[in-house]
Amino acid sequence: MGDVRIGLEIHVQITALKTKLFCPCPADYRGKEPNSHVCPVCLGLPGVLPVINRDAVKYAAMVAIALNCKISDRLVFVRKHYFYPDMPKNYQISQYDGVGSTPFCREGFLKLTINGHEKIVRIRRINIEEDPGRITYPTGDIATSPYSLIDYNRAGIALLEIVTEPDIESPQEARAFLTKLINILEHLGVTDTSLEGSFRVDANISLGGGSRVEIKNIGSIKDVERALAYEILRQRTIIERGGIVRRETRHWDPVRKVTITLRAKEVEEDYRYFPDPDLPPVRITSEFIVSVRRSMPELPDMRIERFMKQYGLDRYHSTVLVSQKWLADFFEEAAKHYTRYKKLADILITDFLRWVNEYGIKPHELRARPIHIARLLELLDKGLISIKIAKEIMPEIVRSGSDPEKLIRTRGLLRITNRDELQQIVREVMRSNPKAVEDALRNPRAINYIVGLVMKRTRGRADPKLTIELIKNELQRYKAS
Amino acid sequence: MTKLDYVYASATELLTYFRSDPDKILDYLEAIYDRIRKVEAKVRSYITLRSREEVEREAENVVKRLKQGEDLALAGIAVAVKDNISTRGIRTTCASRMLENYVPPYDATAVKLLKESGAVIIGKTNMDEFAMGSTTETSAFFPTRNPWDLERVPGGSSGGSAAALAAGEASLALGSDTGGSVRCPAAFTATVGLKPTYGLVSRFGLIAYASSLDQIGPMARTIADVALLLSVIAVHDPKDSTSIPRNGKTDYYFKLEELMSSRPRLRIAVVKELWRGLEEDVERVLHRILDRICGEHTCDEVSIPITRYALPAYYIIAMAEASSNLARYDGLRYGLHVDVEGRSWIEVFTEVRSRGFGFEVKKRIALGAFILSAGYQEQYYIRALRVRRLLKNEFDRVFKRFDLVALPSMPIKPPRLGEAITDPIKLYTMDIDTVIANLIGSPAISVPAGLAATLPVGIQFMGPPLSEEKLLYAGALVEELRRGAALKPPI
Repeated sequence: MGDVRIGLEIHVQITALKTKLFCPCPADYRGKEPNSHVCPVCLGLPGVLPVINRDAVKYAAMVAIALNCKISDRLVFVRKHYFYPDMPKNYQISQYDGVGSTPFCREGFLKLTINGHEKIVRIRRINIEEDPGRITYPTGDIATSPYSLIDYNRAGIALLEIVTEPDIESPQEARAFLTKLINILEHLGVTDTSLEGSFRVDANISLGGGSRVEIKNIGSIKDVERALAYEILRQRTIIERGGIVRRETRHWDPVRKVTITLRAKEVEEDYRYFPDPDLPPVRITSEFIVSVRRSMPELPDMRIERFMKQYGLDRYHSTVLVSQKWLADFFEEAAKHYTRYKKLADILITDFLRWVNEYGIKPHELRARPIHIARLLELLDKGLISIKIAKEIMPEIVRSGSDPEKLIRTRGLLRITNRDELQQIVREVMRSNPKAVEDALRNPRAINYIVGLVMKRTRGRADPKLTIELIKNELQRYKAS
Repeated sequence: MTKLDYVYASATELLTYFRSDPDKILDYLEAIYDRIRKVEAKVRSYITLRSREEVEREAENVVKRLKQGEDLALAGIAVAVKDNISTRGIRTTCASRMLENYVPPYDATAVKLLKESGAVIIGKTNMDEFAMGSTTETSAFFPTRNPWDLERVPGGSSGGSAAALAAGEASLALGSDTGGSVRCPAAFTATVGLKPTYGLVSRFGLIAYASSLDQIGPMARTIADVALLLSVIAVHDPKDSTSIPRNGKTDYYFKLEELMSSRPRLRIAVVKELWRGLEEDVERVLHRILDRICGEHTCDEVSIPITRYALPAYYIIAMAEASSNLARYDGLRYGLHVDVEGRSWIEVFTEVRSRGFGFEVKKRIALGAFILSAGYQEQYYIRALRVRRLLKNEFDRVFKRFDLVALPSMPIKPPRLGEAITDPIKLYTMDIDTVIANLIGSPAISVPAGLAATLPVGIQFMGPPLSEEKLLYAGALVEELRRGAALKPPI
């Protein structure tokens, strides 16, 4: 696959902001009545003027620093012109690398580790820009809808446009890059990517130095990976058949899992960029950058190091935990209640994570509390439940957020340690399985089979040591008789 | 005072009068409305005139506030506002079919300040469509006529505001000036018009033509009144990122009085390139005034050859910005509405923009889009910006040695209706002496210099940024030479 070149253009909303990018309208537009979070400014009424939200610049600077970019010394906004009904002004206030203008920052990079290899993806630039409104089609499809509805609540929401160089060489690398990027954004507190529409990707892909195809508006990391894999296959097939890949813009259909032609792209669109005269350039001082750097939260790479030092975890466990901010947070919270960190990390990245993924639970929907996992481990340590039971109730803890202690008591899952009670069970099991007893009498290793039968009968609640002891006692009795 | 006195009295005089007897405000407004009834049909200054009852109700409230001891800088004064300045609840059309029925849900900052100071907005004045023109003839509704000669234009684009002042239909007015739109009509109607330093008056609510050049400007019949009005509207506005940060208000009226009593000697530059190509009788009037000013002050001729590129640079920048600013008019959220049933958005946008905009507006949008397009931007827009920067440098140098530059307001007398508009070169050339102030962000004022036969001629002063006080002072000197009399048109 050495001939694949992929560049990504990622749009993320700065969901940390309380207000829109250029007006004081509230930024939490999701689930709100359409066109209720609007004002003359974000509706682009005649005579209005934009005023930059200073916090947006602060968050942009954090991202720039985290991605090792060079921040421009001036904040310059440009107007990008094209007519579309979701854009109130029919131009978008954005940033651009041109005469009299500059992107927010440029020439950064992100270091990845893929299958043990180090990989560097260069960041070309990051821009601050405004989101357009949202068009909805009553039938859900542009072609069959007799009309469309426009909601401007989203118009003017602050976006970061992060553009990479075409350094990515496979769909897997794209996934690794995006996973790490999102993790950084979440650690910085800039973006909550669990919010619908807060994260969109355009992917550019070319094979063997051929034409560049752009896939627009992909909504998730998984879909980016799938769309790229599909596109590689499609382009390779064309080339193998002696065809030529057309330069075009394609659309990823997440339902049919194919890319489809949106428009042929013969020439660059002319957006007639020019510096927005309503927003005079603002100096970005080195003092500002220093103060942002000082106020920055811990980044994932630093957190991994700290996990190793503070909790004595190995690099693998630390990396897996920190690869998702919510998981790392979950670990640290649980670690306040349970101090055998390695054991905690283990159960989190195996059983716990497995069920979170299995149920498709989004981090913000998660009902299990860190203290539940801590308690579960305590029960295990005290020998009150078996590992089998722990594994058995994990899905329930993950799904419903039940307290493991209650769960075990109400379901009668506590380990059977009462000698008399267990003896009764052992006897019954042996009585009804004379063949197994016979085997065990002949071959001591066959005891395990009886242990298994007891476990089956008690649904794993029997204390294993005690069970073996009792079986051995019983066998002695059989021999004696 | 008699009713006629009310109509042509200065705001300064009126305010003194109202302070001792607030109830007189209602008599005054009645006189203004009577005057409007008499002359409006001939002059046609207003696109929207507010109802007398509504204005009276508002005035009664002002009277109450005055009686309660409130200090109101413009209590009861009838102000005409150009129809590209947003007024909450009052239709704001930009003299365009596009916005014929558009009623803003908010007030421009300048309008808000007027209301707070007790001024009464009496109506919205005619203008060139979207302020694109110098005669008020590109208005989509009707042309305004010059009260000095009804066959002639009042200038533009703030022609309605100037005509309303000259005809006694308002005591103060707001205009907007992108390349001379306040100063041109002031010169043609023998009124005073000031284009403030870029950033002195908030543009919030001013419907943009060319954002980097636009400024709202005060207009009146006397210098003192312009000073009064400027003091009210020149306030820093956090809603306008180009507004110059400063603390509180400046009392320009007071500063003017100070200068008039200390009478400092001004150093005045006469840029020779800007005195060429004048109509003979215009030149005669201007020289007569300039000679007398120079008798008391220090005048020197200077040469700034690059000024010859000012006009093309201005039109390139203005059109480029206009093409962008006017993109928002698509009829979707406000403005001209057309049938949308069964049609694509492109079809709807196309029809709205074809029907909503007049010829001059379409021409400037098309040229502006061309100027900004890839491949041509360097050749036109970027070069125009370079000229702009060089001009600024040249004038910065001049302003190190001089307080002000004296220049004609308009090189010609007011043209007859239809005369300039059919000749684009003539139309654009009219702005040759006014565009520089906008390009370099400087303040400039046009003051009546006298009459060429029966038609007004204005002289212009331009200074470095924030030199409004000196401009008002120079204007007051000219006014004094005319023995302080406001020129009254024959109407």
